[in-house]
Amino acid sequence: MYPENFHYTKEHEWVRVDAEVGVIGITDHAQKELGDIVYVDLPKVGTVAEQGKTLGSVESVKAVSDIYSPVSGEVVEINELLASAPEKLNEDPHGGAWLVKIKLSAPDEIKQLMSASDYQKYIGAE
Amino acid sequence: MLRVIGAESIDSLFEHLPENARLNRPLDIPPGKSEFEIVEHFRARGEENAIGYANFLGAGVYHHYRPVVCDVIVSRGEFLTSYTPYQAEIAQGTLTQIFEFQTMICQLTGMDVANASMYDGSSAVPEAAMMAVRATGRDKILVARTVHPEYREVLRTYARYQGMPVEEFGYDGETGEIDLNELEAKVDEHTAGVIIQSPNFFGIVEGVGNAAGIAHKKGALLIDIFTEAVALGLMEPPRQADIVAGELQSFAIPPSYGGPFAGIIATKEKFIRQIPGRLVGETKDANGKRAFCLTLSTREQHIRREKATSNICTNQALIALMATVYLSLYGKQGLRELAHQNLSKAHYLASKLPLKFQGRFFNEFVAQGNGRSVEAVNQDLLEKKIIGGLPLERYYPELKNTMLLCCTEMSRRNHMDELAEVFAK
Amino acid sequence: MEKKVRSHISQNEPLLFELSSPGKIGYQLPDLDVPAVDPEKALGAGQTRREIEDFPEVSEVDVIRHFTRLSTWNYGIDLGLFPLGSCTMKYNPRVNELVARTEGLAWIHPYQPESLSQGAMEIMAELERCLAEITGMDAVTLQPAAGAHGELTGVLLIRSLLESKGNPRRKIIVPDSAHGTNPATAMMAGYTVENLKSNDLGVVDPEALARAVDENTAALMVTNPNTVGVFEEEIVKVCEILHSKGALVYMDGANMNALVGISRPGDFGIDVMHLNLHKTFSTPHGGGGPGSGAVAAKKHLEPFLPGPRLARKGSQWTWNYDLPRSIGRVRAYYGNFGVLVRALAYIMAHGGPGLRRATMDAVLNANYIRRRLEAHYHLAYKSPCMHEVVFGDDHQAKRGVKTGDIAKRLIDYGFHPYTVSFPLIVHGALMIEPTETESKQEIDLFCDSLIAIAEEVERDPQMVLKAPHTTRTARVDEVSAARRPVVRWRREPAQSKAAD
Repeated sequence: MYPENFHYTKEHEWVRVDAEVGVIGITDHAQKELGDIVYVDLPKVGTVAEQGKTLGSVESVKAVSDIYSPVSGEVVEINELLASAPEKLNEDPHGGAWLVKIKLSAPDEIKQLMSASDYQKYIGAE
Repeated sequence: MLRVIGAESIDSLFEHLPENARLNRPLDIPPGKSEFEIVEHFRARGEENAIGYANFLGAGVYHHYRPVVCDVIVSRGEFLTSYTPYQAEIAQGTLTQIFEFQTMICQLTGMDVANASMYDGSSAVPEAAMMAVRATGRDKILVARTVHPEYREVLRTYARYQGMPVEEFGYDGETGEIDLNELEAKVDEHTAGVIIQSPNFFGIVEGVGNAAGIAHKKGALLIDIFTEAVALGLMEPPRQADIVAGELQSFAIPPSYGGPFAGIIATKEKFIRQIPGRLVGETKDANGKRAFCLTLSTREQHIRREKATSNICTNQALIALMATVYLSLYGKQGLRELAHQNLSKAHYLASKLPLKFQGRFFNEFVAQGNGRSVEAVNQDLLEKKIIGGLPLERYYPELKNTMLLCCTEMSRRNHMDELAEVFAK
Repeated sequence: MEKKVRSHISQNEPLLFELSSPGKIGYQLPDLDVPAVDPEKALGAGQTRREIEDFPEVSEVDVIRHFTRLSTWNYGIDLGLFPLGSCTMKYNPRVNELVARTEGLAWIHPYQPESLSQGAMEIMAELERCLAEITGMDAVTLQPAAGAHGELTGVLLIRSLLESKGNPRRKIIVPDSAHGTNPATAMMAGYTVENLKSNDLGVVDPEALARAVDENTAALMVTNPNTVGVFEEEIVKVCEILHSKGALVYMDGANMNALVGISRPGDFGIDVMHLNLHKTFSTPHGGGGPGSGAVAAKKHLEPFLPGPRLARKGSQWTWNYDLPRSIGRVRAYYGNFGVLVRALAYIMAHGGPGLRRATMDAVLNANYIRRRLEAHYHLAYKSPCMHEVVFGDDHQAKRGVKTGDIAKRLIDYGFHPYTVSFPLIVHGALMIEPTETESKQEIDLFCDSLIAIAEEVERDPQMVLKAPHTTRTARVDEVSAARRPVVRWRREPAQSKAAD
């Protein structure tokens, strides 16, 4: 369920690092909690994200949930698909429905995040 | 009931209230009155106001005829005594009607999206300004002095603590139109929105396209305000504006000493998530039938709390229903004819009076007093059971001895002739 | 179920635009008694429109039938109990509608001479006096158009007062049980919001509050009774905590229907509050408005109230615009006058004793519902309740049925649902406010229905999950509506001629 090569936050985001770029998304657990996702609000390319700070938000019909950036760096790409098909976030949260790509400015931050097994323990206890 | 509850008396249900929070005496309000007495009381109060006067006041509140059917519909208990349509399955009546309302407002204003109504036109102005701030990420608002003075006051009250500086720009003393040069000089890369009104407070039609051009050149949004909605029946819609905000009182809503009215905000598709207030959207029910529901609620305070687009909750649904019924009755042909009558009547009266401005006007205009004070003119008119125009000096110190007059389809030629005679005395 | 609902004719109806046919009209205008003006000449070429594209073209009968048919798709208080918590859906007396339409009240212009507006001003003055008496406050403004508008007015008053003392301060404390309008309002007035957790009795914990209040605190916004229907028994102490640090207390008056004639906010330490005249004072909700959010304040806030203010000049009323310390207008003109007329008519019909009686009946009704349902639904707080009671869906959730589903099933029994999923501090909340309007018969029917649903949840949860079953519109797809918003009608592209 939760890929081993991802790093996870307590706020239910994940990041997968490809060289110096981090691909960021929300976890399957997060999309289930939110229910049917109707809108995804993403930052503009060029925005400088800071670890733990708001990056955007995800909306269901009756709730809004902030997305907190798992890493710091510049947003280099956003997933345009989500604007026209927010439901993809329910269908494929760990794959095609990634949110943004960030060029890492502090790669060591990854060490503060959870592994897949730690995250699974964390959501089991929550 | 008390036995089921297990209480000795109703009073005992309040025993847990601390002694120092209880009122230990009866309210100082006289005992209840019968229906007959209440009707008599309010009739008597009504008679202390002006009854049977011809009225030439406009300035944001207009005397238009209200077709009987409007009150017949809004008096139906299913509309009158229903709540905000959160439970879509048993509120399709209200939801369908709001959808029709939103559509008609779009058709009238040339916009793509209109909300389900705001408190009134005046409070729609700061809401539109805040919307421009959100959409542009800038903070400054420029507002024309030809926007209704009380609307500008409301804007200032809202703006004061939001880090939203508001600056005014003036008008051309000859035409009564906004001063485009001053606007051009004042709009800059911090300007989120430029607010104009058309027809403006003097009744003068503004060039929305010119103002929009200047605003857009600097990346600011143009917000167009209207107070006389009937003008939309005849006038080119303000398509060049980014946000249109206005007051619908003209559409079957009695003047009622200033409220309740209904405001609207309409905008382009791309700003849909920035619009405040309730929105109704089309969808389907579980059987695949067309249905309507409140939508994009995540903008609103009950979900987003301190991050909401506005704190607005209540709208003016019943008033918007009145307007919807009114617009259906007048329809495509009637609204145009109605607007044409307003235009013709105002131009008839204006032709008999000295005008302050040369700009083109719809159903309001500013007359310049000649010799006598406009207050004295108004006093003489009252004796003929005519309520004259609004003296403008209080709002515009430079407009000495002027009055703002308004004609609608309810203005009669004989009253206009009398007014002109008294004015010329 | 049959006690209240039976299947009934429900007619389909297209939208006005689909109903239209070219040339149909539903209006009459008198002949023009002045020369007709050429619009192009008067307004300028390019300033007039050819037509309003796709605008309705229907007859008067079409209009009557259209809106009457739509009306039958709605539920209203006139059809039965409307137990929305914190919304106070009470009967709307029809005499109030009549008096608000009195010619001398409905047709007065806000700028007509004061000498010809004395009756209207007298009504406003009398209502101000009554509301000050009911709340125990010193001054009232009737200008705000609705509750949230009143909140903004109240918080701006607080800000102005603090500013006049040299420091507006930075934050406003809002309990987690508050209405969403409270934090949204605080932000609009330039404050940051600090949420305060309620204690396990569902009320503000004075000790936690004392820790949160500091010299940066401008105010606490409190609802009393709060949104779980519980009277803040420590309210006097709560107010003292704020006042001792130079901060103020704002009260959201949404639940004032539990207090009128029994307890006055002004007496228990509140500095400023709003009233929802469309709740407590029975002016019709009308499908979501108009309302009125009168604000009542103590003496020290009076100089800051929005203007103009009513004043006495000899034997006449006058509007006083000379208010140098006022926060300024919050709307044009003087307020939702038509709503004010209805509220005063309600107060006059009840009188002091009747208002108190209404409060007592409202609290009696809520306590009766609480007692009848507590064996079937999880009672969120054991504290004594006032005019509303809040349950959680804990028992039913075990069977996969949530508060929203129970609400939909209640529709099948002929009732409007309670407030769903609010307050947020109660998981799966069912918030029920019957008001004084309801008779024992109607309330028993309602309780019987909820008990029957609790049994259905045990027996056949799937059936409840698919409710409502009896409405003309089945469960509505809110998700699709939000994903691809369609917020106006548009003519479908014409079918090509070749296809005909």
